Amino acid sequence: MAGVGSACLAVGLLTALYAAGASLYGARAGGPAWVTSGRRAIYATAGLMIAAVAILQSAFLRSDFHYAIVAEGSSTDTPTFYKAAAMWATQDGSLLLWAFLLSLFSSAVLFLTRRSLREIAPYATAVLGVVAAFFLLLMVAWENPFNTLAHPPAEGAGLNPLLRHPAMMIHPPMLYTGYVGFAIPFAFCVGALITRNTGADWIRATRRFALIAWTFLGTGIMLGALWSYTELGWGGYWAWDPVENASLMPWLLGTALLHSIMVQEKRGMLRIWNASLVCATFVFALIGTFLVRSGILDSIHAFGASTIGTQFLVFIGIVVAFSVVLVLSRLPDLRSEARLDSLLSRESFFLLNNLVLVGLALVIMWGTFFPLISEALTGQKASVGPPWFDRLTVPLALVLVLLSGIGPVLAWRRVTLSGLRRVLVAPLVFTLVALVALLALTNASDSPASLAMFCFVAFVLSSVAQEFLRGAAARRVATGEPWPRALLRLAGRNRRRYGGYLVHAGIAVLFLGVAASSAFHDQRDVRLSPGQTFHTGDYALTYRKPTAKLGGDRAGTGAPISLGAVLDVRKGKQRFTLHPSRNYYPTQDPTQGVIGRYFNGEANSEVDVRWGLKRDFWLAIRPDIGSLQKPIAEANRRFPTASSDVQALVIAALTERYRKNPPPAAFRAIVSPLVLWIWIGGAIAVLGALIAVWPAPEARLRRVRSLYAAKLGRELSRA
Amino acid sequence: MDPARKRRLRLIVALGAAVALATALVYTSFSASTEAAKPSQVKPGRSYELTGKVVNGSVSYAGDQLRFRIRDRDGTGSVPVSYTGAVPDPFRDGREVIVSGELRGHTFVGERDSLVTKCPSKFTKQGRRS
Repeated sequence: MAGVGSACLAVGLLTALYAAGASLYGARAGGPAWVTSGRRAIYATAGLMIAAVAILQSAFLRSDFHYAIVAEGSSTDTPTFYKAAAMWATQDGSLLLWAFLLSLFSSAVLFLTRRSLREIAPYATAVLGVVAAFFLLLMVAWENPFNTLAHPPAEGAGLNPLLRHPAMMIHPPMLYTGYVGFAIPFAFCVGALITRNTGADWIRATRRFALIAWTFLGTGIMLGALWSYTELGWGGYWAWDPVENASLMPWLLGTALLHSIMVQEKRGMLRIWNASLVCATFVFALIGTFLVRSGILDSIHAFGASTIGTQFLVFIGIVVAFSVVLVLSRLPDLRSEARLDSLLSRESFFLLNNLVLVGLALVIMWGTFFPLISEALTGQKASVGPPWFDRLTVPLALVLVLLSGIGPVLAWRRVTLSGLRRVLVAPLVFTLVALVALLALTNASDSPASLAMFCFVAFVLSSVAQEFLRGAAARRVATGEPWPRALLRLAGRNRRRYGGYLVHAGIAVLFLGVAASSAFHDQRDVRLSPGQTFHTGDYALTYRKPTAKLGGDRAGTGAPISLGAVLDVRKGKQRFTLHPSRNYYPTQDPTQGVIGRYFNGEANSEVDVRWGLKRDFWLAIRPDIGSLQKPIAEANRRFPTASSDVQALVIAALTERYRKNPPPAAFRAIVSPLVLWIWIGGAIAVLGALIAVWPAPEARLRRVRSLYAAKLGRELSRA
Repeated sequence: MDPARKRRLRLIVALGAAVALATALVYTSFSASTEAAKPSQVKPGRSYELTGKVVNGSVSYAGDQLRFRIRDRDGTGSVPVSYTGAVPDPFRDGREVIVSGELRGHTFVGERDSLVTKCPSKFTKQGRRS
């Protein structure tokens, strides 16, 4: 089957190239038949990618170690759930996922626009074909996921333990869907520029795809943060790591884009800006994919030396050069239809928000690439740490949150003083009340930046609530509906608008969690023996007893050995128990011996978190297995060729020994206020985005009607 | 104010803001950055981001303090490190690590929680054909 898989890739490369060639020829000279043929070639590519993914996934599920990728990234004792996710833990598998998602997205958008945008679509098809061809070429020529081994091993290396987290199943596909999705607006923007159809048509056709891409990328980033918080054992959710930044930059630019295209739709302005922003977003999506693979920057995600960094760099260079030339050559066609009437208008606030978002992306880019910049300028490789990022991004984030409360309630063109009073007085009063309450009841004033953020969040939430209530009240007057139904109908009828408000509220809530947890978290590292108690804040923590489990860790990651502890936590009347543990995964390293290899391979924290709306209690353990090393060495010497049954007995005896005579273990306890709201806010934002993406019933009806009208027209003309 | 002048003013303000941001970027990043160094390069009196490999068999704990040696990735120079704070899961003998701090006496004292370990690699390449 591996041969079939390779063939799928090779044929896919040809169909993608054909799609590009045929649609270009069709648009220039050949006529619509060629364009249709090019579009269908994209569908064919998608079909081939589906087949390739199916073949590879079935190889993973069967643990077929003839496939090199399966032998390296999976094993028979990897739980099935993680076998299915192992494909995208490898370089070549993740490239296949990229191509797979790209071809599906391209097919969907080309199918939906097959009867509209007749001038632009062929060029968009060509762009999508070329991008797909690039990824397929990478696989066919350098990183074929279907490479086979002449002598398959009896057992695979297994999925990297760090990646054994439920989020692993969806985090990478979500991120990739986000990256890939931004190829769609880019392709149509290129088509619009080439054909000089620079109105808002291409934006209307691809706006929804941009929003979908943005939602997926955002969800992927949120899940990555959750993974970091619950799996990495350091207790944070964001570290300004180059790979994290790589995903954040296109998301920020995409956010800017979603706002600025509204200005073009409504006012015909910002066309040059939009075209540039679309190109930049796609380029950053490519850079995000590239950074993960090139190994040019040091990162905790640490990616092995890669063979395809150069190819990526060349491709990104081509895309940048092509975009710049294209936008510059079309400047006369991109002139605005209107001018800014007033600085106090929705469009000028959207422009401001765009500048802040792009500024934020530039700051992060500078910091991320600073090691390269400083090496080029001074010859010294130096880097900037999280404090630098915090210092520059916090003020920008504050401005951004504030703007998200003001911008959407302002009128287009020009705001009158009475209009301003109408929308701002209530939120400002609410914010003032919140400020007084915060100062009187909490210690929020210890961190001025957080205090400011809390106030801005209060402002945004009250301003969003006011919009919902005003709209619903107006509906009630008009229709006499009860409040709940009026609210639902209101959101249902104006999905984009109220979905957007909900996204703003969600992001505000997210920043509430970020500001509270980053400024007011309390972290302690201690060593405890069983029976000892230690205090952090109002909590008293008692190490009740150690635990040792064989072949059944709490998280179901398939670790053979899991050492942990049971701890009782007391805070006033509240009592609960935590079970942090550390999983030990066997290594294939022969120098560790038959028994030692079970203890001295990869090990990884299984954090226990007591989630709470007010605060989290987060606890990780690092057992000290130093006292076991002597008996392990002895067991290695005594049972060099032990059968697996004997090995299991010896290991059971060793872990029992740990349980009976536990040395002090190191604990890290973190009390983090409101951190759960980061993900609640994220979920609210995703919900809002989904509402905004979902086609409104009227729009659907309109589309059906227009299809009927077109059909009727065709039949009449034939008659 | 006539519209053309108003527009020019806006442009100047916008450009001014951009220049201010750029200056802030350049200034703060160069002053806040720490230089990366190999163990054979560190000298006392300034802080570094030390990168290298953990010397096999050098890891020990003294109370909460983690002690180990870092050697050059491809050389023999090495320096003892003492460190407190969070130890990443993948930390062990032979791993590539990054730790910030400075040389005090003959020991490199790491800043709290600054230890970063590169995982053996998400995209493993060990024993891979071509």
